[in-house]
Amino acid sequence: MVSLTAPVAKDGHRPARTSGPAGPAARRRTGRPGIGWALPAVVFFALFAVVPLVLVAVLSFTTWSGLGSPEFAGFDNWVTLFHDPVMIKSLWLSVLLTVLGVVVQTPLSILLGVWAAGPQRNRAVLSAVFFVPLLLSATAVSVLWRALLDPNFGVPSQAAWLFGDGNLLGSRTGAISVLVLVSAWQFTPLHALIYQGATRAIPAVLYQAAEIDGAGRVRQFFHITLPQLRNSIITSVILMVVGGLTTFDTVLILTQGGPGTDTTISAYYMYQKAFKGFEFGAGAAIALLLVLVATAVSLVVVRVSGYDRMAGTKEGM
Amino acid sequence: MRRRPNYLAGVGVTLWLFVVGLPLYVMLGAGVQSRPDYNAGGPLGFPDHFTLDNYVDSFSNGFGRYFVNTLIVTASVVAIVVLLVPPLAFTIVRNRGRTTSGVFRLFLLGLAIPAQAVIVPMFYVISEAGLYDNLIGVILPTAAFCMPVCVLILTGTMRDITNDLFEAMAIDGADTRRVFFQLVVPLSKSGLSTVVVFAALQAWNGFLFPLVLTQSEESKVITLGLYNFQTQHGVEIPGLLAAVVLSTVPVLLVYLFARRALVQGLMGVGGK
Repeated sequence: MVSLTAPVAKDGHRPARTSGPAGPAARRRTGRPGIGWALPAVVFFALFAVVPLVLVAVLSFTTWSGLGSPEFAGFDNWVTLFHDPVMIKSLWLSVLLTVLGVVVQTPLSILLGVWAAGPQRNRAVLSAVFFVPLLLSATAVSVLWRALLDPNFGVPSQAAWLFGDGNLLGSRTGAISVLVLVSAWQFTPLHALIYQGATRAIPAVLYQAAEIDGAGRVRQFFHITLPQLRNSIITSVILMVVGGLTTFDTVLILTQGGPGTDTTISAYYMYQKAFKGFEFGAGAAIALLLVLVATAVSLVVVRVSGYDRMAGTKEGM
Repeated sequence: MRRRPNYLAGVGVTLWLFVVGLPLYVMLGAGVQSRPDYNAGGPLGFPDHFTLDNYVDSFSNGFGRYFVNTLIVTASVVAIVVLLVPPLAFTIVRNRGRTTSGVFRLFLLGLAIPAQAVIVPMFYVISEAGLYDNLIGVILPTAAFCMPVCVLILTGTMRDITNDLFEAMAIDGADTRRVFFQLVVPLSKSGLSTVVVFAALQAWNGFLFPLVLTQSEESKVITLGLYNFQTQHGVEIPGLLAAVVLSTVPVLLVYLFARRALVQGLMGVGGK
């Protein structure tokens, strides 16, 4: 009896996973994948992303030199870290660099994105050029700028009137400015791209109405474009915050945290502690702290902006 | 549209073109000059005596090997992502169970985890697995950290497939596998190409995992090669910049021929 009622696929494929007799209800269920389809990806992701993230928390309570097994150390790493002046300084530096990054990149990328959203052909061509820095790896960008700023063979040697002795990376202000500038050079195109897409999605009716009311270009920008970009600004700022707090390649290649520890931001300090000082437990503690800070800041941005309570940009229209 | 040309924007954009263009000009110009010529003419000097020696030297300095290693890493990461992510995205979109939405949330959470945060435990895991200084040890975490964005992109594409098509397939008596291969995969091509480009970019430009998980010359990737070249011969600027150009050529080629997929892949970085 069973063999007669069980659905048999005509083309010889495994019959669809149906429980009841073939009917409309059963038919709707065919072609729906079981959880098994997701399993390989989930296992892989768990092994190489979730497990390490859990381990970072575990390792932060151990001491481990890279050889042998980690040993439980309670809150030792955490106590040491919060008494470590370099650590405290590195946190402030991370915050400073992140804030400077947001302040420099946000206006630039909004202007570029809104500009690039225009239908003109020349804008499309120039945007394609502006995009190139984003194609280079952070490593390549850092190496390129290091060469550009070389005091003896780089641009500063050509323009002493502007750069003085040319050793831009030799002073605290200089090194921090360079890091902010290089990040802006590389990542402005990404954020401009976000704003370009969002600007194109603004309904043209709004601009037509504003034009009838006699609003000029500047007023249209401040009263229509900018408010409509609100969601994108939040997205972009969150990305900048997470990216800024975890900046690493540029610091490693451009300044090595120097002069002194003046650009030793937390992510770089973590690398130093773990892979140069072989204090992997302390490194893990810094890493965990970074994740917590980045997540907290993102949540604060979302909460303060009311992003989580908004249905969409069109709300209130 | 508006008729009056926007002069202010014109000035601003010209300035920005200068900011973006100057370093790129130096990069391309320095790479094709000999070191004495470069030192004499300065970074902004025009390359009078064109030479490809720097590029040839790069290859003899090991960049050929790094190039091949990076290709292996990139191809493997793309293969892993393309094999694992489409069935996962298909499940997330078509199986509306509670477990599935939990799985989706897990991957969304993954969006917020920066690779920097896990290098210490990753070093531990990969060393314990005996994969330290092995390209496989670089490939696995790189692929895993690509996945959240890829899942986001692909579920977006698959949600656009209308329910009518699924119902038509169901009426035809198609089983899950046929629905996947004959309906979902063909209709997700644009999302898939974005995913491929995104994963390839992440792998090609990846620096952090290779930095902490490899050591020897045999398993060096191109970004690491650049870093080492910089620390060892930082003053050989023409050679260094030729190597920088070399590391970027494949990405530039993709940019020229598959611009759309690349731009969307990069938007993936923005999680949009």
